[in-house]
Amino acid sequence: MADKKVRYLKSIEIDTKAERYCRFRKKGFKYIDYKDPDFLLMLCNPQGKILPRRLTGTSLKYQRKASQAIKKARHLALMPYVADNLN
Amino acid sequence: MNRYETVFIMTPVLSADQVTETVEKYRALIIANGGKTVHEDAWGLRKLAYPIQKKSTGFYHLIEWEAEGSAVLPFETEFRRDERILRFLTTAMEKHHIAYAESRRDKSNRKAEPKQEAEVVVEMPKKEASTSEEKA
Repeated sequence: MADKKVRYLKSIEIDTKAERYCRFRKKGFKYIDYKDPDFLLMLCNPQGKILPRRLTGTSLKYQRKASQAIKKARHLALMPYVADNLN
Repeated sequence: MNRYETVFIMTPVLSADQVTETVEKYRALIIANGGKTVHEDAWGLRKLAYPIQKKSTGFYHLIEWEAEGSAVLPFETEFRRDERILRFLTTAMEKHHIAYAESRRDKSNRKAEPKQEAEVVVEMPKKEASTSEEKA
């Protein structure tokens, strides 16, 4: 009776196999360019908001640099502050 | 000496001569403040991501320059007073930024070489540099 019940000591491995990684760390970025809006758009949602770290997997060090770069690009009108349909 | 990078946007109302004139003004200002220009890049007329002063396009220009830190403030006040300037941004370049900018320049030079335009590309900056010195 008791051994027919399935019990898990660890959480089941479903959809947890995709490992998160920081794309900047992996590719060896040293500097994130604010003059390259096409690249920075990858870190934004369709409204032009900066995507959080928990979605992109970026490490804190590079998230800080990326968000600064995006804000600079916005100031220079290379990227919009508010948008409807980016990406 | 620190290295700085300034990107500024001029109004689209200007003619080509007026654009070169404004750029020349800021180039001279850097030299007047005891600095020197390292690199320049005219991006030309570009569409703005959002309207600034009811204008939807602007002439972008990038200047990379070297000077003491005290030169930045008079340089920027001149931008604020100038009605031809829509926006400007000066950033101090740290070592990774400088390395990135230089590697990018090398790449664009290398790309130009296979097309047998290398001689022209190399000569162009020299001519510009010499003329800027004469005018300054």
